[in-house]
Amino acid sequence: MQALLQPIGATMLGFCEATGRFAWFAAVSVMHCFRPPWFARNIRKQFIEMGFYSLPVVGLTAAFSGMVLALQSYSGFARFNAEGAIATVVALSVTRELGPVLAGLMVAGRIGAAIAAELGTMRVTEQIDALSTLSTNPYKYLIAPRIIAGTLCLPLLVFIADVIGIFGGFLIGVYQLDFNAAGYIKSTLDTLKFLDVFSGLVKAAVFGFIITLMGCYQGFHSRGGAQGVGAATTNAVVAASILILISNFLITAAFFGK
Amino acid sequence: MTTAKISIRDLYKSFGKKHVLNGVNLNIQQGESVVIIGGSGTGKSVLLKNILGLQEPDKGQILINGEDTTHISGSAREKANAKIGMLFQGAALFDSLPVWENVSFGLIQGQHISRTDAKSIAIETLGKVGLSKDVADLYPIELSGGMQKRVGLARAIAAKPDIIFFDEPTTGLDPIMADVINELIVKCVRDLGATALSITHDMASVRKIADRVVMLYQGKVIWSGSVKDIDRTDNAYVLQFVQGLSKGPIQLAV
Repeated sequence: MQALLQPIGATMLGFCEATGRFAWFAAVSVMHCFRPPWFARNIRKQFIEMGFYSLPVVGLTAAFSGMVLALQSYSGFARFNAEGAIATVVALSVTRELGPVLAGLMVAGRIGAAIAAELGTMRVTEQIDALSTLSTNPYKYLIAPRIIAGTLCLPLLVFIADVIGIFGGFLIGVYQLDFNAAGYIKSTLDTLKFLDVFSGLVKAAVFGFIITLMGCYQGFHSRGGAQGVGAATTNAVVAASILILISNFLITAAFFGK
Repeated sequence: MTTAKISIRDLYKSFGKKHVLNGVNLNIQQGESVVIIGGSGTGKSVLLKNILGLQEPDKGQILINGEDTTHISGSAREKANAKIGMLFQGAALFDSLPVWENVSFGLIQGQHISRTDAKSIAIETLGKVGLSKDVADLYPIELSGGMQKRVGLARAIAAKPDIIFFDEPTTGLDPIMADVINELIVKCVRDLGATALSITHDMASVRKIADRVVMLYQGKVIWSGSVKDIDRTDNAYVLQFVQGLSKGPIQLAV
C-alpha cells in the first residue's frame, strides 16, 4: 500500500512545490514592474523586439485570417441566404477572438521562445549570477522590462491586427464576392461596439503578460546546459499557448457570458 | 585582534540528501590571497556561491568586513556586492552588450556613472589587462577564450573592489595564456590592495597567485597552510592532490 501511495504523494508534493515556486516568481516579478528603478533602455529594447519585429508575422496572420473568414462565411452562409452578414461576422470574429488569440499564439511562438532561450542561456552560462554580483537585481534588469513591454505591446499589436484582419475580409468581400465597398464598411462600423474591441485588447494585455511571464519563468529556472535550455523553450511556448486558450475562455465568459 | 575580511563559520549546505558543505570554517585576512583547492564535487563552487549570496546556506555564518551577510537580500545584498568583484569560470560576459559596457556594467548600474565616463573608465581598465581600446566596441562572441577571461577580469576590477573572487580563472586556457591570466590576477590584486579568494584545480595557478592554500575535502577544510608548505606537508590528501596521483586516500568514483 505504501509503495502505491508514495509516488502519488511525491507527485502531489512536486506539483505543489512547482505551483508555489511559480506563484512566488510571478508575485516578485509583478512587484518589480511597479517599483523603481526601471531600466528604460531595456524596456525600449523589448518594445522594439516584441512590438515592431512582431508586426510582419502578426499582420500577415491577421490579413489571411480575415480573408479566409470572409470566404468561409460566404460559402457557409450562402446555404441559408445570409451572405449579407459576412461583414458583421468578420468584424466581430476578428476583434473579439481571432485578432487577440492568433496574435497571442504567434507572439508566444516568437517571443516566448526567444525569452526562454535567452534567459536560459544566461542562466547556464552564469550571466544571471554575474548580474547579481554586479549589484543588479535580475528581476528588475531582465524580467520586469520584458513583462512591461509584453503587456503593453500586445494590445497595440492586436489593434493593428484587428484593422488588417477586417481589411483582409473587406478585400475578399469587395473584390472577389462583389459586395458594395461602402455597404461593407457601413455594415462593419454599424456592427462594431466599443466592448467588442475593448474585450479583445484586454485579452491581448493578459496574453502578453502570460507569454512574457512564462518565457521568463522557464528561462530563469532552466538547468542542465543546452538540453535544459531547449526544454525551457518548449515548456514556455506550450505553457503559454495553453494558458492563452484557458484565459481566453475565462475573459470571454467575463465579458459576454450570461 | 583584527577583524577578518571574510569569515566563514561552521557553514553547512545540502542539496536533498547530498551534503556538500559539512561545517566549513575559514578566515581570510585583509590583503591576503587565499586559494581553495580540492577535487570536483568537494564543495568549492558551492562555498563561493554561498559567500556571494547566490545560494543560501542551511546553517552557519558568513561575515564580510565583520558584517553578517549570511541571509541578507535585496538592497542590503546589492550594497554588500558593490565592494566585491568576481571573475567567473566561463567569464560570464553579457552577450548582448559590447565589451566596454560589460566592463563598466557595475559602474553604470551600481554607481550611476554616465555612459561617457563609464566608457573612458572601461577603456582604461581594459588597458590594465592588456587589451587595446579597439576591443571596447566588440561583442564577447568576437573574442577568444583568453580575451574573454581578460575582459572578465577587467569587469571584476573596474569598480575597484575590496574583495575579488576567482572561479577557476585558468580553466580552458592554454598554459601560456593561463600564465598571462595568473600574472594579471597577481598584478591587479596587488595594485588594488584587495583581498582575493580563488578556487582552482590548476597547481601552476595556485603557486603563482596564492599566499595561503586551503584544501577542501568532503565539504570540510582538511588543510590550510602557506603556499610554500604544499610540497612539504605530510598531509596525504594534499600530497595526492598536488602530485596528481590516482592512488591515495582520495578515492574517486569511477
